[in-house]
Amino acid sequence: MKRVVVFIKQVPDTAELKIDPVTNTMIREGVPSIINPFDMYAIEEALKIKDKWGDTETVVMTMGPPQADAALREAISMGIDKGILLSDKKFAASDTWATSYILSKAVEKLGDFDVLIAGKQATDGDTAQVGPGVATWLKIPSVTYVRKIDELEPGHAKVERMRSEGFDIIEVKGKFLMTVLKELNEPRIPSFRGKMAAKKAEIPVWGADDLNTDEANIGFTGSPTRVVKAFTPPPKKGGIKVEGDDLETVKGVFKFIKENHLA
Amino acid sequence: MVKMNYELTEEQQAIVEIAKQIADEKILPIREEYDEGQIFPNEIVEILAKSDLYRVFVPEEYDGLGMGIFEMSLVTEELSRVCGGIALAYAGSALGAFPILLYGSEEQKKKFLPSIASGEKIAAFALTESEAGSDASNVRTTATKEGDHYILNGTKQWITNGGVAGVHSVFATVDPTRGIRGMTAFIVDSETDGLEIGKKENKLGIRASETVELIFNNCKIPAENLIGREGTGFRVAMGTFDQSRPGVAAQALGIAQGAMEAALSYAQERIQFGSKIYSFQAIRFMIADMAIKIEAARALIYNVSKLIDSGAKNTGGYSAMAKTFASDVAMEVTTDAVQVLGGYGYMKEYPVEKMMRDAKITQIFEGTNQIQREVIASHLAKELSRLRK
Ligand SMILES: Cc1cc2nc3c(=O)[nH]c(=O)nc-3n(C[C@H](O)[C@H](O)[C@H](O)COP(=O)(O)OP(=O)(O)OC[C@H]3O[C@@H](n4cnc5c(N)ncnc54)[C@H](O)[C@@H]3O)c2cc1C
Ligand SMILES: Cc1cc2nc3c(=O)[nH]c(=O)nc-3n(C[C@H](O)[C@H](O)[C@H](O)COP(=O)(O)OP(=O)(O)OC[C@H]3O[C@@H](n4cnc5c(N)ncnc54)[C@H](O)[C@@H]3O)c2cc1C
Repeated sequence: MKRVVVFIKQVPDTAELKIDPVTNTMIREGVPSIINPFDMYAIEEALKIKDKWGDTETVVMTMGPPQADAALREAISMGIDKGILLSDKKFAASDTWATSYILSKAVEKLGDFDVLIAGKQATDGDTAQVGPGVATWLKIPSVTYVRKIDELEPGHAKVERMRSEGFDIIEVKGKFLMTVLKELNEPRIPSFRGKMAAKKAEIPVWGADDLNTDEANIGFTGSPTRVVKAFTPPPKKGGIKVEGDDLETVKGVFKFIKENHLA
Repeated sequence: MVKMNYELTEEQQAIVEIAKQIADEKILPIREEYDEGQIFPNEIVEILAKSDLYRVFVPEEYDGLGMGIFEMSLVTEELSRVCGGIALAYAGSALGAFPILLYGSEEQKKKFLPSIASGEKIAAFALTESEAGSDASNVRTTATKEGDHYILNGTKQWITNGGVAGVHSVFATVDPTRGIRGMTAFIVDSETDGLEIGKKENKLGIRASETVELIFNNCKIPAENLIGREGTGFRVAMGTFDQSRPGVAAQALGIAQGAMEAALSYAQERIQFGSKIYSFQAIRFMIADMAIKIEAARALIYNVSKLIDSGAKNTGGYSAMAKTFASDVAMEVTTDAVQVLGGYGYMKEYPVEKMMRDAKITQIFEGTNQIQREVIASHLAKELSRLRK
């Protein structure tokens, strides 16, 4: 049987995050949680792969507090076969290094796999590091910002990676991890049968002992990142509008681009 | 949603959540365009199918979820809250499936219901003809027996989902001189040779619902597709309506709910004479009246649906009451909603003018409200004479 593993994160359902002015971390209390929007595309892609390959087990994993169980059940209601919660007091305050380490240990415990999928980034932490981090720990290739899949078979893939201008076509051999974008697909609505399965599903909880994690890589002490400051970046300025259809205007634009090293 | 809480089971809640999500996320963004362009929502059908909603009204033996009229109505209400036209891609299939479900043989059910349950095929109900509207007994489409087949000839009009359906429940007469005793119901595959889709209607409302003419030109239908017996067609049609009317009522209820919510939120934002118009008693009371009528309609529909699902007999009069009351409420509420929005309500940028157009059909199809009152009056007389016996 083939296997696709998806990493999902529960995030606060709001665009207006509040930051604790003292600790410089997010205030999560009192905000309803949702699955990180980008992870919905990761879930949908896993389901599409299963639809295509058949004989495939789809697994979602999340590291988080016990309440993250709800995110796993939502994924199951969409058609995912199995959810695993990685939860332990020792995992608390893990940064992207520790989070990706813990996820990689969980993948090792789970056994063999063909593809790993993560969202492009989490809407709260926003680092976009966890996906590639997991791939690094597992020593497998990763392709970030996947917007389209041209070919995908066990052991071989050809995908399009979005860039600020245009895109790359990337071929990968063997197992790999990808992080996915909104352009990739449209997440499906849960089915009735899926919802019922989700209510009944048994969600195993794996902690530090189950994963044999090294204390030096988990939790606050295992996290090298220190948030020094969090601030709202100033909004982008409007830019310059140049009007005119004569050659001089066009030359002026070229000069501006050159002088400002924009090309 | 601003509505009274009913003690729904976990399963019913799940169904409502799914329908709500489809309505809000998938139907809302397209409803205006599909209404304007009279576009049939193929992709919504696919989503409804994948989410198991067409399984709701089909028994488990035929790949359904084994739920009933109540759950079918809950789905229809929720979809209609956002678009009463697109909702018919759902409710219309239930109507088309009921003759098979209620009167079909075991073989017919096994053959046709699973693909309706999976949503792979939509069902349609073809009774009305140019000379047979309220007087359904006046059907002129003929079914002539030839060996182990019937040959169907005639033209049906205004058939909901007619052009997209894979299965049709068709009412024809095996003997025009016998009136209702000649009427016979058949299951017709849309691939049947000689079955043509005729005129597509251009309508006032429910424009994303497809309403077409079906032309039967020497269509050879296997005798095994006859529902019930020769001459039982009228009973099949009427028995179907007794069960399907809560669906129309739920469509009306959903439309009314959508209009009330639009009026309520608009009234709390629109400022005239320096105040929110919701502070004017004339407006507040209009919206309060909307809510009263809607909750009364909901109570009636839910109760009648549950009554039918309980297997009770003689429910036709009550299902006619639910349909009549809810559709009249929908017309009143949507008209008032346009009034609350004033000139903006009359414009296509706001959804209430569409809701008003969509509401009208619920007073007309599956029996006009005049015919419903006839049904109710006959029912009352029968009940009284039963009591006196
Ligand atoms: C400014 C800032 C403040 C922070 N504040 C807190 C805090 O208050 N409390 C706290 O506990 N942590 C905090 N963290 C840590 C951060 O939330 C975790 O490291 C997080 O698990 C991963 O970082 P990210 O949100 O940037 O994910 P990204 O790397 O952007 O996520 C990319 C993808 O990785 C996967 N993924 C990410 N996280 C998980 C997970 N936990 N389980 C499964 N899959 C996952 C998902 O597929 C996701 O789409 C903070 C980080 C930053 C940068
Ligand atoms: C959009 C749309 C979709 C439809 N979909 C379907 C479908 O899927 N399948 C299908 O078979 N049919 C369908 N119909 C047909 C619909 O059921 C009929 O239009 C309806 O039954 C009324 O028939 P009629 O239009 O011929 O009106 P008529 O019967 O001509 O009625 C005209 C008026 O006279 C009144 N009237 C008639 N007889 C009486 C009486 N005895 N007492 C008092 N008043 C009376 C009526 O109430 C009405 O006000 C659809 C119609 C429309 C408009």
